[in-house]
Amino acid sequence: MEILLFGIINSVTLSLTALGFTLVYGISRLPNFAHGALYVTSGYIVWLCVNSLGLNYLLAIVLGIVATAIIGALMYRLIILRIRGMQISEIIATYAIGLAIIEGLRWGGLRGSTFTLPSFLAGSIELGGIAVDNQRLFVLGSGVGVFAALGLFVKYTKTGLALKAIAQDERAAMMLGIDSDRKALVSFALGSGLSAFAAILILPLGSIVVETGYNVLIYSIAVSIIGGLGSWGGAIVASFIIGFAQILTEVFLSTQYQMVISLLAIIVTLLLKPSGIFGKQKELDDRV
Amino acid sequence: MSDGRDRKERIDRGIKVRSDGLYAVSSLREMLYLSGPRILLIAGLLLLPLLLDPFPYWRRVINILCVYALLAIAFDFLANCIGLVCLGGSMFIGLGGYFAAVFNVHLHLPIYLSIPAAALAGAVVSTLLILPCLSLRGVYFAIVTLMYPLLFTRVIEAFDLLGGSNGITGLDSFPGSYLENYSILLVLLAVLFGLRRVLNDDIGLVMHAVKDNDQSVRASGIDVVRIKALAVFIASFIGCLGGAYLAHVYMWAGLSLFALDFSIIPIAAVTIGGGGILFGAVVGCLILVPLSEFLRFFGTFRIVLYCSVLTAFIVFKSEGLMPYCTRKYQQFERWADA
Repeated sequence: MEILLFGIINSVTLSLTALGFTLVYGISRLPNFAHGALYVTSGYIVWLCVNSLGLNYLLAIVLGIVATAIIGALMYRLIILRIRGMQISEIIATYAIGLAIIEGLRWGGLRGSTFTLPSFLAGSIELGGIAVDNQRLFVLGSGVGVFAALGLFVKYTKTGLALKAIAQDERAAMMLGIDSDRKALVSFALGSGLSAFAAILILPLGSIVVETGYNVLIYSIAVSIIGGLGSWGGAIVASFIIGFAQILTEVFLSTQYQMVISLLAIIVTLLLKPSGIFGKQKELDDRV
Repeated sequence: MSDGRDRKERIDRGIKVRSDGLYAVSSLREMLYLSGPRILLIAGLLLLPLLLDPFPYWRRVINILCVYALLAIAFDFLANCIGLVCLGGSMFIGLGGYFAAVFNVHLHLPIYLSIPAAALAGAVVSTLLILPCLSLRGVYFAIVTLMYPLLFTRVIEAFDLLGGSNGITGLDSFPGSYLENYSILLVLLAVLFGLRRVLNDDIGLVMHAVKDNDQSVRASGIDVVRIKALAVFIASFIGCLGGAYLAHVYMWAGLSLFALDFSIIPIAAVTIGGGGILFGAVVGCLILVPLSEFLRFFGTFRIVLYCSVLTAFIVFKSEGLMPYCTRKYQQFERWADA
């Protein structure tokens, strides 16, 4: 029961963090290696707004999400747009930007466990004899909310449909008058905003440390690969697999195996079904 | 001339045209033109330890410079000749270093055996580890290589393997500091010219083809995965050699061999020096590594600096310095009517 509950919560957390990465990759085929860096940045921005500027917490959160989305959009507009299509340069550039942000934050003094965000909901409740703090339940609820909202957005709004079109067939979408570069910009901003949203939900559970940036990146990538790069449904299923695997290793082995498990899962996926669980669409493209 | 319709025209220098063909051996000047840059590089590298003799600290920098140059060559080879972007160069350094430590300290192999053995073992292990993602195109290779160094660090730290966070101490050092300098310099030159020879050979052609169009390579009846595995083996051998050497220089193998510097400096060096021609990697290291020694005071800020320079080069000068200089060396420009 405990395993089930915490497994679900952990899985939703994972899928929230992975959503931004898999969204950007799914729409514009851009691997955003700066994903983890944006995650940490948004937490730091909110912390700065609350502690240095003394802003209202809610306002700070909105500001943090918007600022991160703008950072993502600028990153696309100023740098990635110029090297679009050159895959080696894309990978190197996003990786370099991510590293620059993370190490810059570390150099700028983001060290130790002094950087914490207050949780939205204090206290905890009993669920079937297990104490669960409200923040985790809030993460669960808003995770489901975000997925629903995103699904509706993609299905019923014009921008969402355009994004979906680009994801399915970029050339055909361009023929229908969809500006691929502009939509990629939107997807980058959206992905960055989503990673900020995830960060703000999850970071109150611990403290803001720069190493989270690398962990988030790795787990997002693991989830995206296992689910099939760019497949949203696959990402959710995969985050449940990895989420439960993590909780199970934590209970039966020790926390140190968590990362080994994710890597093992990636390797097994690559060996057995390289395009991931639901990555049917681009199967032929990815294989040699 | 200035009606806005002029264009710049590049024309090969006469000496370049002459030395391309049979006339290359016609006069000393042509021969010097052809071999000049190479002699400059070789002689410059070989004289470096002698010139820096009064500064023992900078003589040690030569060693680390050569290790970085080896890594950069490996990165350049993988990225621009096969099309595999390796984001975790520190994996090779770490594996090579730890293997050297185990061979030297636990198995008591002498230094001149432990370094090649460690390079070989490290190359075999990294090739096997990377093998699953070789049958895939795209970002998978970058992702997997990004993860391995982080994974190794965590595993060694968590399970207290191989000395845990203290590392393995007590490796043999080199008998003399000049031997230390010259062994790695000669290895660097051998790797540089050897790898270039490989790339100009048939197998190099196939490797370039794998990067450009792997389907056509497959259609020619060549196993793409095998070619890729071979390339990864070569690159990781070079990287592990550097790692094993470094462990012996430091007389210590520890977690800092998996440090981020070993992943990012080679990438930055290749981008600055120019990709695809191996020499660019060395030139980039010659610029970056001394710079990084001057900036030692700034700590992790150096990584921010590398990344910014790297991004700027990718965006504004994606060809890099070396191709730019080559062009200036071989061609001149003039304005012509369009």
